[in-house]
Amino acid sequence: MRVGLFVTCLVDLMRPSVGFAAIELLESAGAEVYVPPAQTCCGQPAYNSGDRADALALARKVVGEFEGCDHLVVPSGSCAGMIRTHYADLFADDPAFAARAAALAAKTHELTSFLVDVMKVTRVAGRYDGTVTYHDCCAGLREMGVKAQPRVLLAGVAGLTLKEMPECETCCGFGGTFSVKFGEISTRLADNKCRHIIGSGADAVVLGDVGCMLNIEGRLRRRGDSATRVLHVAEVLAGKP
Amino acid sequence: MHFKARAHERLNDAQLQRNLARIQGKFVQKRREALTELDDVDATRDAGRDIRQRALDNLDVWLEMFERNAAARGATVLWAETPADINRLVLEIAFRHGVKSIIKSKSMVSEESALDHAIEAAGLTVVETDLGEYILQINGYEPPSHIIGPALHKSKEEVSELFARQHGTPRKDDIAALCLEARGVLRRHYLAADMGISGGNFFVAETGSVVLVTNEGNATLATTLPKVHVAISGIEKVVPTLEDVATLMRLLPRSATGQSISNYVDVLSGTKGEGEFHGAEHMYFIVVDSGRTEVLASEVREALRCIRCGACMNHCPVYQNVGGHSYGWVYPGPIGAILTPMYVGLDKARDLPSASTLCNQCGVVCPVRIPLPDLQRKLREKAFERRLGTPGERFALKAWSWLARRPALYGLAARVGVRVLRIMGGRRRMIHRLPFGHGWTDGRDMPAPRGRTFRELHRQRAREARATQPVPPR
Ligand code: SF4
Repeated sequence: MRVGLFVTCLVDLMRPSVGFAAIELLESAGAEVYVPPAQTCCGQPAYNSGDRADALALARKVVGEFEGCDHLVVPSGSCAGMIRTHYADLFADDPAFAARAAALAAKTHELTSFLVDVMKVTRVAGRYDGTVTYHDCCAGLREMGVKAQPRVLLAGVAGLTLKEMPECETCCGFGGTFSVKFGEISTRLADNKCRHIIGSGADAVVLGDVGCMLNIEGRLRRRGDSATRVLHVAEVLAGKP
Repeated sequence: MHFKARAHERLNDAQLQRNLARIQGKFVQKRREALTELDDVDATRDAGRDIRQRALDNLDVWLEMFERNAAARGATVLWAETPADINRLVLEIAFRHGVKSIIKSKSMVSEESALDHAIEAAGLTVVETDLGEYILQINGYEPPSHIIGPALHKSKEEVSELFARQHGTPRKDDIAALCLEARGVLRRHYLAADMGISGGNFFVAETGSVVLVTNEGNATLATTLPKVHVAISGIEKVVPTLEDVATLMRLLPRSATGQSISNYVDVLSGTKGEGEFHGAEHMYFIVVDSGRTEVLASEVREALRCIRCGACMNHCPVYQNVGGHSYGWVYPGPIGAILTPMYVGLDKARDLPSASTLCNQCGVVCPVRIPLPDLQRKLREKAFERRLGTPGERFALKAWSWLARRPALYGLAARVGVRVLRIMGGRRRMIHRLPFGHGWTDGRDMPAPRGRTFRELHRQRAREARATQPVPPR
């Protein structure tokens, strides 16, 4: 089975370890991983800012790069959601390409849901000695149906205890360009999230989107919390936190 | 002043923040519990969506049917194209019937035209009878902050202080006592009023009725005691049948306040007939367009399905933190972020469609399945086309996409970028100030990258893997 891995621009730039953790997880689940070397961005920033033309150009690039794979896996609910639920709208005026985009959308998965729902993985290699809490990132949860999958996998990580926090499904305030354009509101939402994370008593918060990680970690550190770790679920599952 | 500036004030208003924190989550919990009473929530929501969509798809047909049936029951249907028309029509009716004092039950549409001000300017008196609206009225016509609970942003203490000041009565700390006091004051007005104005949750085409959904009973009094009743609502509020109303009523109170049914549901059809006990002698409907046909013809037409339950704002993390007043006009929250730019002009509310993280919490709770984030995005597209954003934003966005389409150049820029950022992050790997990103770094650090991109490292690993592979024998 040939699985294309779209690492996303944020992983490429800010947290390469997530990409490598994803490769390890996919390979140990038995997939042959293909990483297109020229991959960049799925077009979401342009799309969500109203710039359809640029979003369209980038979407074409992504479709071309991955349509040959059996599956497309993304270590981000947000970018996976972009491809799976929004490419169709982008190509509404181009039926020929829309069919190609729809075919790709149908085989696009967020990483943990691919591991659990498609590859039927129940055990992972990772080990983590400590207590973590899980934040459900919005697009993963509400566009990709990611809720139980990361928890199922985390339960299989040796040494790890999962302690849920209140409002784990409430947005952390990242929202892409929202985080800069409406920085003050974004910060307030991040701060609410940090209070719940700290209140849970966990020593790390685990989540599935690097954008939200930057937001939460950035706020934690500004609040003066240098202890609580902010980890991508792939890093924890692969034992590379 | 735009959303961002207003939100800044609200975020730093300690009293408001305490009040918002107090109500937060209450409606969320109640709604969740109430929806469990329905056998099949999703199917009911589908039905609700379809009913509303069917009405919108043939709006002219249903409106004509409504007009015919209302007229047959002795009511007069008037059409208001603009907010000014609403005020003009109300005053014309008032003068025709020699009206001096008016009582009102809640009508958000009348807020669109600032009707109370127009009434007072014409020398008549008007009293709001919905408790929330009344509180706002006696507080110098403070604008509502929520479509269901207009004064939700006020604390009990603020209200008791206000009542003591305006009514000249001793301060009361108990909510029941405050309600009783308001009731006493309002009762006098009910009896004296010669005209009652209400909103309309639904107009029913097959019967020519208006449906009012309330909890305080004030709408029943306001619409039946005075000799004239005027119901004001938007053209989009028409539904084909009473059966449709029944389905929508399974959703509306549950989504709004978490009640199985509101305390009162009035279905008012026509004037008081021979031998009937209840009803106004003269009944008017003011059916308001005021931008709605434009919405109907636009890419955000689904917003007209709205049944004004308020669930989208109750669940919105932005609304919960900045409050309703930040949105600047009649309708706050996610639905307001769509309706306000459509009704008052995108250029006057240009940051509203962007004022959301697109977390889609609103979309998943909307009882009639309005894809609120998608509609906000459609308006962002309009704003982008019309270049309503700042040039800097536009440039950054364009530059990013331009680079991302050129993988080699992107790779080079990325390699340089992450190295610069790593240095900026210093030993603790945290960037405290970003030159073009103070929106981020004013309140947060930016975790610095590790200094190599994934693509770089991946290529390097592939090279190493090839180098360590045994040379195949010739
Ligand atoms: S948009 Fe939907 S959730 Fe919001 S008020 Fe209207 S019906 Fe309710």
